[in-house]
Amino acid sequence: MKIEKLDAPQLLGLNKFNVDEEAAHIVIDKTICARCLEKPCLVVCPAVLYKLDKNGEISFDYAGCLECGTCRVMCKNKGIIKWEYPRGTFGVTYRY
Amino acid sequence: MSDTEKFDAIIIGAGPAGSACAYTLAKEGKEVLVIERADSPGAKNVTGGRLYTYALEMVEEGLTQEAALERRVTHEQIMLLDGDRSINIDYHNPAFNEAGQVPHAYSILRARFDEWFASKAEETGAMVACGIKVDELLVKDGKIAGVIAGEDEMYADVVIAADGVNSLMGQKAGLIKDISAASAGVGVKETIELPAEIIQARFNLNNEEGAARMILGCTEGIHGGGFLYTNQDSISLGCVFMPEEVARHGQSVHQIFQNLKMHPSIYPLLEGGETLEYAAHLVSEDGFRGIPGKLYRDGFLMIGDAAGFVINTGSSIRGIDLAILSGIAAARAVIDSQDPVRVGPAYMQELNNIGLIPAMKAVEGYKDLLEIPRIYTSYPGLAADVFTRLFTVDGQVPRSLRKEIKGLLKKNQLSLWQLLKDGLRGYRSI
Repeated sequence: MKIEKLDAPQLLGLNKFNVDEEAAHIVIDKTICARCLEKPCLVVCPAVLYKLDKNGEISFDYAGCLECGTCRVMCKNKGIIKWEYPRGTFGVTYRY
Repeated sequence: MSDTEKFDAIIIGAGPAGSACAYTLAKEGKEVLVIERADSPGAKNVTGGRLYTYALEMVEEGLTQEAALERRVTHEQIMLLDGDRSINIDYHNPAFNEAGQVPHAYSILRARFDEWFASKAEETGAMVACGIKVDELLVKDGKIAGVIAGEDEMYADVVIAADGVNSLMGQKAGLIKDISAASAGVGVKETIELPAEIIQARFNLNNEEGAARMILGCTEGIHGGGFLYTNQDSISLGCVFMPEEVARHGQSVHQIFQNLKMHPSIYPLLEGGETLEYAAHLVSEDGFRGIPGKLYRDGFLMIGDAAGFVINTGSSIRGIDLAILSGIAAARAVIDSQDPVRVGPAYMQELNNIGLIPAMKAVEGYKDLLEIPRIYTSYPGLAADVFTRLFTVDGQVPRSLRKEIKGLLKKNQLSLWQLLKDGLRGYRSI
C-alpha cells in the first residue's frame, strides 16, 4: 500500500489474520455499553473496531483485532464482558 | 502427557524474556518447555524498536554476531514538530559503533528476532511449543504446579510468566490486578518497505548503519510521542499515546498517527515506500513504580513486560534488554535454588545482582519529568517559534531576542515562571 493516509480497514487488509470463526475472544454486552457515556473504545482502539451504528449502538468486530488490550484497559463500565487472547494459532500474525 | 512427566520449568511466552530464560536454563541441562500461543515466536509481538545489545552478550558472549538484527544505530535523533514546522537534532558519533566492538544498539523486527532467539533456545535444548495458548494455571496445595492448555495439563517445578504487558497469567496467579489506564500507553506502528540504498541516502547512513528517532509534538498535545527506526530495507514509524488522554481529546489514535505519517518532514522520508503491516501494542509507562509489589509466589515467577520492566527516559526506551536480563535472573534463581521455596526470593536477589532493579530505580524520577503536560502541548511550539525567529530575516528592524522570547512565551500560553518551575521539576526528576 503506497504512502498516503490509510483508513483502518485498508491497514488491517495488509495484515495476516487467521480468524477464529467459532469463538470470539472479545465479547461486549451492548446493554451495558448503551449506558456508558464516555465510550473511550471508539477512539482508543488502534484498529477502529468499535463503532457506533445508526441507532447509536456500539458495534464491534473482533476479526481485525490487533490484540493490544487497549480496550480492555480503557473499558470503564465493563461493557467488555470477556477479553481473552484468541485460541492458539488464531488471530493476528505479525510478519515483521 | 502423563502426570509423572514434569519439567523443571514451563515458560509462558517465547518473547525475549522467555527465550533468554529458556536458553540459560537449557544450557545448564534443565528440562524446559516454552509455550507460545502464536504460530511462530514473535508473531504476536511488537516493538518500536531497538535492542540494546549488551543484554544478548550477557546471555552468551558473541550471540549478537549471529542474531537476526537490522541496522546498528549510529544516528540518534530527536525531532520536534509543531504544525508543519520541524526541528531535527541528529547525534552522530562514528566511534559509537566501531567495527571490532559489539555495537551498542540495533534496530530489530520482532517476527525475525524472536523467531531466531527462540530457535537458539531450542538448539541449547529447550522445547518450544508454538500455536498453544495456556488457558489456566494449575494450582495444587496453594502452589502453582503447572499449566492447562485446552485438554492438556503440563507440570513443572516452576511456571514462569513471560506473557507480556497484558499479563493474564500474572492476574490468574493473583499477583497483579487489571492494568490501570494511567499506567500504559498504546503504541501503533506501520512497517514501510523501502530499498536499502534509499534509506541510506535519506538518512545519511553508510551500509548497515541505522538511525533511531524520537518525535515530540506529533500527538495533538496528548502525552506521548512518535518514533522512527530504520531497518535493513524498511522503516518502522509509530506513535505512542496515553489512552485516557486520547479519550478526552476525541480524535482517534489511528487518525493522529496517519497525520504524522503525512507530515511534510516525515513523508519525504517514506515517499515511494509501501506499507507492509500495521501493528499495535501496549507499553508500560510507570517504570520502577509500575513493578508489581510481588513478582513471585510458590512455583511461579514473572519476567519481562509481564513484570513491568520498561524504562522510558524520553531519550531512550528500554524493554527488550530488561526482558532479557530478567529472563537470565529467573533462570539463575531456578538453577541455584535447591529448595523450590527459595526460587522466588532468589529471583529478586538476582534481579538486583544483574543490575535490572538498580537501573530502573536510578531513572525512577524521569516519569515526573515526562508527566509535565507542557512537554506535549506547548514546548515543541515554543521551540519552533524561537527557531522561526532566529532564521527569519525580512528587512525589518529586529526586536531584541529577549523581548521576542517574552512575546513567544505568551503566544504559547507560557510564563517565564512556568518555564523555570518546569525546568526545576525536570532537574529534580533526573
